[in-house]
Amino acid sequence: MILTSNLSKKYAGNQVLNIETLEIPKGQSFGLVGNNGAGKTTYFSLLLDLIKPTTGHITNNNIQVNESEDWKPFTSAFIDESFLIGYLTPEEYFYFIGELRNQNKADVDALVGQFEDFFHGEILGQKKYLRDLSKGNQKKAGIVAALIGNPEVVILDEPFANLDPTTQIRLKAIVKDLAETKGITVLISSHDLLHVTDVCERIVVLEKGEIVKDLQTSEATLKELEAHFAN
Amino acid sequence: MVSQFIKLEWKAFFRSASFGKSIGIKIFMGLFALYFIVMFLGAGLVLYPGLKKQFPDQEPLYILNSVLFYWILIDLVFRFFFQKLPVMAVKPLLILPVKRSKVVNYVLGKSALSFFNFLPLFAIVPFGVMLLVKNYPVASVLSWMLAVVLTTLIINFLNFIIESFSAETEFSFLPIIAFTGSLYALNHFNLVSFNTIVGSGFNAIYENPVYVLIPLFILVGLYLFNKKLLTQKLFLDSGLKTKVKEVKASNLEWTKNFGDIAPFLKLDLKLIWRNKRTKSSVLMLAMGLFYGLFFYPNPQFKNLEIIFIFVGIFSTGIFLINFGQFIPAWDSAYYKLLMSQNLKYEQYLKSKFTLMAISVGILFVLGIPYVFFGWKILVAHFAAAIYNVGVNTHVILLGGSFNRKKIDLSQKAAFNYQGTGAVQWLIGIPLLLLPMGLFALFYYLVNFEMACAIIAGLGIVGAVLHKPFMKAITAKYLDSKYKMIDAFDQDN
Repeated sequence: MILTSNLSKKYAGNQVLNIETLEIPKGQSFGLVGNNGAGKTTYFSLLLDLIKPTTGHITNNNIQVNESEDWKPFTSAFIDESFLIGYLTPEEYFYFIGELRNQNKADVDALVGQFEDFFHGEILGQKKYLRDLSKGNQKKAGIVAALIGNPEVVILDEPFANLDPTTQIRLKAIVKDLAETKGITVLISSHDLLHVTDVCERIVVLEKGEIVKDLQTSEATLKELEAHFAN
Repeated sequence: MVSQFIKLEWKAFFRSASFGKSIGIKIFMGLFALYFIVMFLGAGLVLYPGLKKQFPDQEPLYILNSVLFYWILIDLVFRFFFQKLPVMAVKPLLILPVKRSKVVNYVLGKSALSFFNFLPLFAIVPFGVMLLVKNYPVASVLSWMLAVVLTTLIINFLNFIIESFSAETEFSFLPIIAFTGSLYALNHFNLVSFNTIVGSGFNAIYENPVYVLIPLFILVGLYLFNKKLLTQKLFLDSGLKTKVKEVKASNLEWTKNFGDIAPFLKLDLKLIWRNKRTKSSVLMLAMGLFYGLFFYPNPQFKNLEIIFIFVGIFSTGIFLINFGQFIPAWDSAYYKLLMSQNLKYEQYLKSKFTLMAISVGILFVLGIPYVFFGWKILVAHFAAAIYNVGVNTHVILLGGSFNRKKIDLSQKAAFNYQGTGAVQWLIGIPLLLLPMGLFALFYYLVNFEMACAIIAGLGIVGAVLHKPFMKAITAKYLDSKYKMIDAFDQDN
């Protein structure tokens, strides 16, 4: 589904990302871990064509992302709060995203309705603008908005950060369900090794922009990751 | 401690991301300040001999005192728009061992050093020196000068009180207009003659220096009140609790008629209505609409047709100019979302175009009563409106592709230079000067009718070429996509 080749990104001569080759098959739940500055967000930004690669390219379903925009209809993401429109209510925001993705109100309502548990009664019908919600609640709205319109690729940057424990557990179930039953390719980055091993079939460790580990998740993975980061 | 505060300020100033970038604005503000200094200095030098000459049988000082009330009103309005309380980043200080009162005193004390407080000195000192030279009693003159300085500081602190109250209201400049307006009205209709009260107050201070204690007491009172207000605000939750207003969501179904641009149109309307900065620029519409009243009632401009086209472009295009110049920076806070969403750039821009074109139409219709001042005005306005729709909308959209400054929507608009760069100043040339120049050229070469026809004709040509123009503009936006994303990501 997603094919990365010879990708590198430099800022003023400083290499922040260098991935020779990385292939993410369709329907995989893919986890990206690494310390601050490892290049996780840079990789996601390149995947969304928000920054320009220095060399190489990414293809998403055979579409080169920095050449064509045809990857947009089946790709969605929540990277940070700049993906929210502060002066809309969550409902309005969902409908807006829905309209961009050719979903009518009923479609959006039906999808959002599935996440009532996840919202914990703090998102819908609150009559509040997104900018007035807490960080955690903003994140919930952003994550669900990324699921509108039957995307085939969902990219979430640190989805577990800022969420309360209950919501973290529910989010894990949602992500697992996306990949396992719906065949959606899910890309997640996280600092929480436990969550990421719980959710992802495959985990890639980045260090200073390079891939240093590429693991199929198993019983031993968490230990291995902990050992890696302890050094 | 204070030296630490000053160090913080210093670093905040020189390390701010926009330092250097906004040097143009700083130069502009500097020239502005210089202009006022020269004006005040000139006034201070000319005042005494001038008044003496005009009213030989009256005391110049008393005449000056009798108009000080107006100075106070004007100064209040001016400061409201230009002077901000010099807040420092207080949040990190809250948990450090710094007394709250110390922070407050520092912030308030710093405000006393504002340029606005020094400005009157440029007039008062030469005036006072001249009085001394003319052998007025030294103690009286000095106490009078002191009283003026104290009054300046009173205005300074009064302004912050007004600002702190108006910050909580929706239309931020209503309180100041209401306050100064009612003072002016009370005075004007002789209900309460503040004019005389203020005048005789200053006279009294001049005659008996002891009275200078009165403004001093007022000043201390205002300072303490300010301090109380600020100290209350120095808690995190007081900032948080203010805005838990219920949202009245409207679904704006009627936008459906606009087809595929409907989602963006809806978004733009909400953008305008739900954010402080955009909302106050709606108020500017009224200003633009009534702009013609500055010129048309004046017989001097009766036959100056060039002014018609200027007012026409300006008053039908005020929204276009105000809103258009910050496309796409209005959406800077969530630009990344838009760029990764499944959207056509062309629709996004077309929504902005439609909004601006409609506004021109509405403003033209609202301006029809100007026909009262002559049919030529209406014709010129009509030509200007067509030009605005056909040419200026495209020009301003194109200008937007050079936009590299983020906008914080929650700030108010008047004299807010955030998001302003060289582009915003340069774009005025094609927007206003070009049609005026063309109009003038054909007006002098041929006649008024021809000049109007040329302007309207250009507008029609622009409208006909709408599709290819939009294509070219869209390409330009796509071209600068990465740069914009990067720039909107930075705090300035």
